[in-house]
Amino acid sequence: MLGLEKKDFRLLLIVIGLTMFAPFILNPFPEGSEMAQFNAGYPDLMQRFVIFGIFAIGFNILFGLTGYLSFGHAAFLGAGSYGAVWMFKLLSMNVLPAIAISVVIAGLFSLIIGFISLRRSGIYFSILTLAFAQMSFALAYSVLTPITGGETGLQLALDDPRIFGVSQTATGNIPVPALFGLEMRSSFEWEVGAWLFTFNTGYYLAAAFMIFAFYMSIRIFRSPFGMMLRAIKSNQTRMSYTGLNARPYTLAAFVISGMYAGLAGGLMASMDPLAGAERMQWTASGEVVLMTILGGAGTLIGPVLGAGMIKYFENIFSKINETILHTWFSFLPDGLEDIVVAMIYPFIGKGWHLTLGIVFMLVVIFLPGGLVQGGQKVAGLFSRKKPEDAKPNATEPAE
Amino acid sequence: MDQFILQILNGLDKGSAYALIALGLTLIFGTLGVVNFAHGALFMLGAFVAVTVSNLLTLSHKVVDNTRTDFLGNPLQVDVPYLYDLFGQTTGDAIIDWAVPISIVIAIPIMVSIGFIMERGLIKHFYKRPHADQILVTFGLAIVIQEIVKYFYGANPIPTPAPEAFVGSFDFGVILGFDPNAIIYPYWRLVYFFFSIIIIGAVFAFLQFTTFGMVVRAGMADRETVGILGIDIDKRFTIMFGIAAAVAGLAGVMYAPINSPNYHMGMDFLVLSFVVVVVGGMGSLPGAVAAGFLLGILESFASMSQVIDILPGINQIIIYLVAIIILLTRPRGLMGRKGVMEE
Repeated sequence: MLGLEKKDFRLLLIVIGLTMFAPFILNPFPEGSEMAQFNAGYPDLMQRFVIFGIFAIGFNILFGLTGYLSFGHAAFLGAGSYGAVWMFKLLSMNVLPAIAISVVIAGLFSLIIGFISLRRSGIYFSILTLAFAQMSFALAYSVLTPITGGETGLQLALDDPRIFGVSQTATGNIPVPALFGLEMRSSFEWEVGAWLFTFNTGYYLAAAFMIFAFYMSIRIFRSPFGMMLRAIKSNQTRMSYTGLNARPYTLAAFVISGMYAGLAGGLMASMDPLAGAERMQWTASGEVVLMTILGGAGTLIGPVLGAGMIKYFENIFSKINETILHTWFSFLPDGLEDIVVAMIYPFIGKGWHLTLGIVFMLVVIFLPGGLVQGGQKVAGLFSRKKPEDAKPNATEPAE
Repeated sequence: MDQFILQILNGLDKGSAYALIALGLTLIFGTLGVVNFAHGALFMLGAFVAVTVSNLLTLSHKVVDNTRTDFLGNPLQVDVPYLYDLFGQTTGDAIIDWAVPISIVIAIPIMVSIGFIMERGLIKHFYKRPHADQILVTFGLAIVIQEIVKYFYGANPIPTPAPEAFVGSFDFGVILGFDPNAIIYPYWRLVYFFFSIIIIGAVFAFLQFTTFGMVVRAGMADRETVGILGIDIDKRFTIMFGIAAAVAGLAGVMYAPINSPNYHMGMDFLVLSFVVVVVGGMGSLPGAVAAGFLLGILESFASMSQVIDILPGINQIIIYLVAIIILLTRPRGLMGRKGVMEE
């Protein structure tokens, strides 16, 4: 189907199902209940899930397949956001041209940076990408203020010269991004008993893009081109001895993953039309590295899982405070309750980064294939098949 | 001319910090072949040793002072540091004042043991894994260390003053024969510079003039042969890791009065230190030191207003720009050994 093997097609169907029914899946607890704070089914967070999913899928094409660890990928996401916001400012509030331009800009930007950075490999490549990203961040923050808005970030204004569209709406407001009149922020709310499900236009647009991005990544993974990229990872010297030049392949992978990042940036700007320099900072690049490794670099679904997990932790886990913990453990005797809360508290709430760091380290140490490999191991324990059969080609763990 | 000297001086203190961190990074890379992304965290831990020491020294108990009253007319309760009880007020004050220099003595054993634990507990298992894995696991470790510090000390910078004697600045220009007020330079920065020179000199002397250092250098050149000769090179490399951690920690301790320590200062320095190491040449100790000072000074020249007028924003990107140019034109860095990590 669609040029995919049966197994991959099933995976794609699962992803489509999950993204389409995400408003239900992420909202399992009724409104107003104790557990409602674990509901992740609000538009803002769902959008972030899929957008960072796209970002991580793209990063995985570079790192998972070729093994080139870029520490500067956020620069492309930032460049994409800036491009999209400028399209909103100058052309129209329709999101399609904005997203298109963000992909193009990020592609060009990554072509330049990739062309230079890919002259080196290993640690030097990481440092070069890091240096370029930090340079872009510093420039966006200071000198390029006329283009990037500097510290305040690039925002829409009331006097934007929009060619196709109005500068301001009849009520004197800034128009909102829309897809042919369908506003990104508009939502349809459906109340079923105690549950409230929100279906957001922006989310579904982003989800559609993510499914497309995921499909493309499966095609790339399965293509001869993907095979070449894997060859670069396993042994570049051998590849060049067989008479193949690795540079064009790595550069193509770099540009493709840069375009994915740009797409994510464009979508981010479409959901909320502003762009700031902090999106380009190296910590943002580090985040996508975390996502990809956590989920499983070199696997198809891993980066999406990693992105979802980190964003869930960031937004939901971090809200748990001491009072909530005390209510949870109130069934324990008083002294014990305090001890348990005191022991758990550093790891959740504001300390969720600590948990993230520990989990990340454990994954790197014990599960180089990420959570996906962990899942396979667990599944392997329960299945009677030999592990070799249980492990599909799709999810070879990264080195 | 005075402007010129001023910029060099300004670059020295940052350059010293870069040089010290890069020296430690290079020691680890040269001996163990590990790319340590947690090195900035060690620098930050050093600074927080200083914070902790000054907190501990000012630990105090309440004493009712009958001679004074608070606004309600009750006898006033005053905080009296335990040090006063032990040494009397004058000596106690002097000790509290010299908290940062005292921390140096305390930081060395702490940082060396942290280094040992890191190497034996974690990094040992990563020698055979690819560089990307080493980067990732130490990156994770850096996050963990950073968050632990944040949990205990909060997110705000904690001011840690230098001893009274070194607070303020002096007129360096007059000594050199320039007009008064042409070159004003803070004492503590000068102290930092000389301190870093001493540390760097000590590390080099240790490697150059002791038998231990000779074995370590031999091990850096050819680990296998040294092992075949019956020397437990792993043990010595572990000790070198401890020393590298101590160097980073000391850099942090002394840096605390220049910039109030906060939990992410390590990450801020880490990126630049890596750039410094790469510019100096992976595995070259003199290269790391030279590049540290060079980039520190370049950075301060780039932030001169005359330069910024011509090339706006250059002060923000000069280090990265230099790094990119050097990496592309001279793959092994300024002083890198031929064939080491040239890929």
